Amino acid sequence: MTQAFMAVLARELRLALRRRSEWAQPLVFYAVVATLFALGAAPNAPWLKVAAPSILWVGALLAALLSLDRVFRGDHEDGTLEQLFLSPQPVSLLVAGKLFAQWLVIGLPLTLLAPVLGLGLGMEPNVILVLMLSLLLGMPALILTAGFASALVVGLPRTGVLLPVLVLPLVSPAVVFGAGAVRAAQSGLPAEAPLYFLGAILVLCLCGVPLAAAAALKNALD
Amino acid sequence: MTAILSFQNLAIARGDHVLLRGLSGSVSGGEILHIRGGNGVGKTSLLEVLSGLRSPEQGAVTRRLETDACHWIGHRNALNPALTPFENLRFWCALHDLPADNVRGALREFELQRVADQACRQLSAGQKRRCALARLAVAQRPLWFLDEPLSALDEGGVRHWLGLLQAHQQRGGAAIVTSHQPLPGSLTGLRSWELS
Amino acid sequence: MNLIPDWLHRLASPPTFYAFATRAQPWLTGVTLLLLGYGLVGGLALAPPDYQQGEGFRIIYVHVPAAWMSLFVYSVMAGAAAVALIWRIKLAECVLTSCAPIGASFTALALVSGMLWGKPMWGTYWTWDARLTSELILLFLYLGVTGLQQAIADPRGAARACALLAIVGFVNVPIVHYSVEWWNTLHQGPTITKIGKPSIAASMLWPLLSMALGFTTFFVGALFQRVQNELLWRERANPWVKEATA
Repeated sequence: MTQAFMAVLARELRLALRRRSEWAQPLVFYAVVATLFALGAAPNAPWLKVAAPSILWVGALLAALLSLDRVFRGDHEDGTLEQLFLSPQPVSLLVAGKLFAQWLVIGLPLTLLAPVLGLGLGMEPNVILVLMLSLLLGMPALILTAGFASALVVGLPRTGVLLPVLVLPLVSPAVVFGAGAVRAAQSGLPAEAPLYFLGAILVLCLCGVPLAAAAALKNALD
Repeated sequence: MTAILSFQNLAIARGDHVLLRGLSGSVSGGEILHIRGGNGVGKTSLLEVLSGLRSPEQGAVTRRLETDACHWIGHRNALNPALTPFENLRFWCALHDLPADNVRGALREFELQRVADQACRQLSAGQKRRCALARLAVAQRPLWFLDEPLSALDEGGVRHWLGLLQAHQQRGGAAIVTSHQPLPGSLTGLRSWELS
Repeated sequence: MNLIPDWLHRLASPPTFYAFATRAQPWLTGVTLLLLGYGLVGGLALAPPDYQQGEGFRIIYVHVPAAWMSLFVYSVMAGAAAVALIWRIKLAECVLTSCAPIGASFTALALVSGMLWGKPMWGTYWTWDARLTSELILLFLYLGVTGLQQAIADPRGAARACALLAIVGFVNVPIVHYSVEWWNTLHQGPTITKIGKPSIAASMLWPLLSMALGFTTFFVGALFQRVQNELLWRERANPWVKEATA
């Protein structure tokens, strides 16, 4: 089973390497969103610093969401999905492998870009640390949830805005706790509680989402 | 010969629409079940149900071997266009916990050794089909499910496939093949079913 | 499966359910009118004005039952989703997809009535307090289910996809509730929602319960009608449909 998991991971990373431009797009999107918020405010407005947790969290969310539409679509179209279901591996494990690769290629770079954007919006270093921690816990949860939603709509030719509409209500607790942790750090309050809740949400996603996504993919095969 | 696969009173549906009803039969070692019929009659759906990819609306399918002992070649090739034939087949081996030693040999058997390291999107339709069929040579399995295996294949490809099929039959393997055309060559143990 | 009693199995067959729903309809309508009638008259006319809020509190006779229903309908939807996925019963699929728009309507009603209550109570139509925000996210969850169902062409596949989404959403609802409550307590704000935990006088309570029950029977009636429609459409190739609609 580990061999299959590693094979799925290696395949996804290899595919990402061959489509290098797509790998950079979420990062550019993230930076553009932060810039637009800054442009929409007066130059160096003080409220930007206060709003920064929200902007940076939602921006990362949207950037990851835009790239996750295609996670299963390629495999569905070229018939690989059938092979996955007929293999002796549990499909949930293979799904977990795919989504882990997505986190490595999309989620982790976004998490690493966030401090840079945070500095741009005027955040202090100790707050930036909490921002990174919250994104480190939150982005995997988001990518898992978006993977599940993507599996639900995998057969559809054009999903448009349906995917964000499905995903965003499901990840609202993560946003509340993630951005809340950063705001707590900004006010000088301890940020452990929301971070722990975020961790709990991540664990819940890790346990449940791959199974649900595998069921959704099985449904799409029908 | 004991039946490797048998099915009773199958009803196949696509969505709410029932395509086929009351299908019963069996396939034993050395036999080829050729399912024929026009477009849209339900050949692929029937094959999917027999292989276990889908559940039937009614009835049951009994397979006297583990799922891993089948080959499934659908009418889509299961080849990622950005990966090479070698990489695609190697991934398939990893999925089935097999070593990748036979892959180069299988590709050579289907005369794909020259393009084995080019991205699949650069291959022709016939070459992609050969690559998909090369899985049959990578690992030996007692039961084959083939959906329109000969589409886009030229004479050479058809010959290679027939050779594999005959060797497979001699080993006691069975195959269920769908196509809307008659199968070529002189095949023994061939049973034809016309669906309407 | 031996978990399902025999009569329930028979009821799950589309033509049996269709006939049952048609027979039940006039009873449901009658009971709904009675309960809502008593609830509205009792709440709007007979119950005394509230000590703190005066006449404005009367909106709770619509707001609170609507909020209860929005959660109740989601539970029914999730239950039907589980049945549809495990036992593959077509009736459960129809119940699941029919619950979504009704639940969304109750949630919207709860939100609008909450907003109308907010104006006299807090001076503003909208406030991000725990209850209203949770209701808003619940509305988005309902709209997601409806959107997904309309996006997928095959009715069976659509119902099963919605079933998965409903179950995941159902697990999510308490998490959303709790996270929004936590979020609300971060602010030292003056939002006090006295809904649901009041010490309430009996003359105010009975009309409220009657409204809640009336809403429930209304939901069942509306659900039955929608399910009947859905069954007619999905089973249109079967002969019983022609007989039933003759």
